[in-house]
Amino acid sequence: MKKIRNIGRTLFAVGLLTFVLSLSMSHFVLTEKVAYSQLNTVYTGEGKTAYEILEPQLTQLYGKKYDSRFAFIADYRKIFSDYNAPLKAAGKWEQVIHDDKLVMVVKHSGAGLLTDQLWFRLVFLLSFIGTCIGALMIIFPEYAGKPFGIHNNGIYHSPASNGGWIGIVVGTFLILFYIVLYFFPQYITNWMLLADPVRKLFSENGEADQWFLYGFIYCLAMVVMGIRMLLKYRGNRYQQVRTFSVMFFQVCFAFMIPELLSALNQPSVDLKHIWPLHYNYFEGERIESMYAFGGIGIAMFWWGVALFVIGVPLFTYLYGKRWYCSWVCGCGGLAETLGDPYRQLSDKSVKAWKIERWMIHSVLVFVVIMTVLVLIAWQTKQDTVLGISSGMLKMIYGFLIGSVFSGVVGTGFYPMMGNRVWCRFGCPLAAYLGLIQRFKSRFRITTNGGQCISCGNCSTYCEMGIDVRWYAQRGQNIVRSSCVGCGVCSSVCPRGVLKLENAPEAGRINEDPIIIGHDGIRLKMD
Amino acid sequence: MSQRHIVVIGNGISGTTLARHVRKRSDDTITIISSESDYFYSRPALMYVYMGHMLQENTKPYEDRFWSENRINLRRAHVNRVDTVQKVLHLDDHSTMSYDVLVIASGSHSNPGSWHGSHFEGVQGLVSLQDLSAMESNTQNCSRAVVVGGGLIGVEMVEMLRSRGIHVTYLVREFKFWSSALRSEESDIVERHIIADHGVDLHTQTELKEILGDENGRVRAVLTTKGDEIPCSFVGIAIGVKPNIAFLQESGIETGTGILVNECFETSAKDVYAIGDCAEFRTALSGRTKIEQIWYTGRMQAETLAATLTGTTSVYRPVNFFNSAKLFDIEFQVYSRNVKIPDTCRSVFWMNHHRRCAIRLFYDPQTLRFEGVTLLGVRYRHEVCDRWLREEKDIEYVLCHLSDANFDPEFFRHYENYLVEEYNAKSGKQLQLKKRSWKRIFQGIGK
Repeated sequence: MKKIRNIGRTLFAVGLLTFVLSLSMSHFVLTEKVAYSQLNTVYTGEGKTAYEILEPQLTQLYGKKYDSRFAFIADYRKIFSDYNAPLKAAGKWEQVIHDDKLVMVVKHSGAGLLTDQLWFRLVFLLSFIGTCIGALMIIFPEYAGKPFGIHNNGIYHSPASNGGWIGIVVGTFLILFYIVLYFFPQYITNWMLLADPVRKLFSENGEADQWFLYGFIYCLAMVVMGIRMLLKYRGNRYQQVRTFSVMFFQVCFAFMIPELLSALNQPSVDLKHIWPLHYNYFEGERIESMYAFGGIGIAMFWWGVALFVIGVPLFTYLYGKRWYCSWVCGCGGLAETLGDPYRQLSDKSVKAWKIERWMIHSVLVFVVIMTVLVLIAWQTKQDTVLGISSGMLKMIYGFLIGSVFSGVVGTGFYPMMGNRVWCRFGCPLAAYLGLIQRFKSRFRITTNGGQCISCGNCSTYCEMGIDVRWYAQRGQNIVRSSCVGCGVCSSVCPRGVLKLENAPEAGRINEDPIIIGHDGIRLKMD
Repeated sequence: MSQRHIVVIGNGISGTTLARHVRKRSDDTITIISSESDYFYSRPALMYVYMGHMLQENTKPYEDRFWSENRINLRRAHVNRVDTVQKVLHLDDHSTMSYDVLVIASGSHSNPGSWHGSHFEGVQGLVSLQDLSAMESNTQNCSRAVVVGGGLIGVEMVEMLRSRGIHVTYLVREFKFWSSALRSEESDIVERHIIADHGVDLHTQTELKEILGDENGRVRAVLTTKGDEIPCSFVGIAIGVKPNIAFLQESGIETGTGILVNECFETSAKDVYAIGDCAEFRTALSGRTKIEQIWYTGRMQAETLAATLTGTTSVYRPVNFFNSAKLFDIEFQVYSRNVKIPDTCRSVFWMNHHRRCAIRLFYDPQTLRFEGVTLLGVRYRHEVCDRWLREEKDIEYVLCHLSDANFDPEFFRHYENYLVEEYNAKSGKQLQLKKRSWKRIFQGIGK
């Protein structure tokens, strides 16, 4: 067993290292073919293509070999900035050429080891398959042949899971990954190359961009860590069904169905991605493009509207917000699988709870205002609404909330602040679901009479930072807007005190519970 | 009522519960004295700190600011002597503290036993924070350990040691594991789980005879009553706990094993009360033990006394018994009329083929009255079981409505039907299990 784990560790490390090193396995040569195919589709204000205008300057780069990706990108960008500088100075903004195709130009200019079939296969196998198999070889022996209970032994002894140095290293890696992915994808084009064969499974002419790459890695991470989850909680059917559900929705709904749809020239839509988490759902261009597909596009657009108008309130009334947050959602799915080893690191203090309520509801207000302004701007064809630039607002939201908060902070800080930082402090859909869960729902976590011993396992392992024990030891049901219903409090309780339940609303909120057990007095608890 | 100074000795579940409830209902000055820890923590959670499930910090049920916000003074000191005439406490830092009302909730300590060699380094019990840190240092580089005592603390110590891969020999005096609470089949399930699943070297009907040490005064082995010498570098003693009453010797407060109290928790001294592990009832309440050493009873005793101290004279009247535990991975729950379910009771029993779950319903063979239920690996709803006991339902009613009691998480398998079948097969009856009804479950709740 130890041997298998050590081989797994080695394989995982080699795979990850290969993956990272693959970024430097290229030199760069711009060819006319690449420049033409990428830039001849970019039209400028004058009706000419970028290729036609910049050809003389581009020609000078053709065939020139760059060993450094940075130098290549710098020289390529200089062509654009040299051309644009006088235009910008003259205020001729409509003639400025944006280097939208940068990522693809860099990707196709790459040459070297990865263009060799054998090397490509080796790197592909090691970095994607090797890392996953390595991880599984670490995971399986940890649970195989062990007793059925949930064992959190040593979690606070290990620097990987107690917020120690391994956690900080992992977090730093994740943070860097997200920064590069969102803001500097031109530096990770080799990873996109590696993902190309996967994309080609869906459509022959397709190729991977950074978002396909991200989706693919996301699925791999969720499947591997989902298997870990299924093993860890193998004595607990609630956890297993739920974990299977998030894995299914990620792989099928978030990844495969949109790819298949796009291969079939249909709108590529994640049918479970709901506004306001999907913050540009009501962007004019997006609506128009959906409508351009005709019947199916229109149906899909209204499906999404129905989800947030009818689906969210109805399902949340019946089952609590867990129906989405810990059963369907992709962000939640990653948190529940990849993030499970870090759930104990969430802050349980009352202070954190206060910050949480302010932040998450502010984001909700922000997204509503942004969406309304963007819709008005689209209808009136005026960017400025009530003196505010809707485009600017959208950009700020996209940058601050959409990228930095949900990605860089939301996932990058798993090993430092717990696995639900985004869901707890930022997600506007979680805020909306939470309001319904708090005020109109059948869902609660029932406390089982007087059995609580205040041990604190429930609070410790609550990823949302709810001090579950505070309620349990008073005999009070837990009705909190933030509860995503992961059920781990109930799973780790040593005394069978907690149960997630959908039941009639009467008696759901018991503010002055009486703890069963003695008749001498019937005291009301504080 | 004028402001009194209520002093509580002990910051465990009994002492802190008392302080909180007095604060809720009065303006008295409240001081809690503890020599063990700065803040209240959950004693049953000690094991989880050792096993790395939690930090010490996580075992505190209230944030530190809770106490000052609720004007409950915390004092870290040991009480050396109680002067009930002057109403003064003499503390170990040579200061004194006067009280108007004194509540002793000093808890208990591990019974060290009287074996030859129990003074060797590496021999200890587990009750306090200090015991925990001793265990931490005593088990560094330990590869073999012996634990003595077939109660809950014993099995917890075994689990703790096993979590660090230490080989454990577990000595249990009884013929079957925890036979005071479990029937034979249930003991078998737990024994098999401990031995087969967790690799514990369990010796039943075996007692410790002597502890052997080395030249450095460290334990090196134990001798058992069966004549075996078992090498080890750690010995966990878990043969029970004893009330902490040594500091009361000169106080004149009457003591037996514990501090003697009546059902209002009054001791022999005026304005001095005792609750929790350290209190001993002069006469046991019906169906209960004289000393109650359970988390919930400490809490309930404190609630009762708090009512008395704030003007509603109350007597302690615990009704139906309940308890729970976790024996490695197998959860245990009990809901019953008495602490000890009489041997004369008949039972309906079922267990699954994995031998992880078992349910036993007890009833009186003459009247068919439901007497209680014990569960392994299955959770039942306290409210429902308690109501059946109070309303003196018969076993047949209970069987038909058993689905109401299930408290397992969603998607778990339900076993209630097997019990009905079992009973039908034995009695020739045709009972039918009814569907779960929220209406029945929630009757009387939320009104």
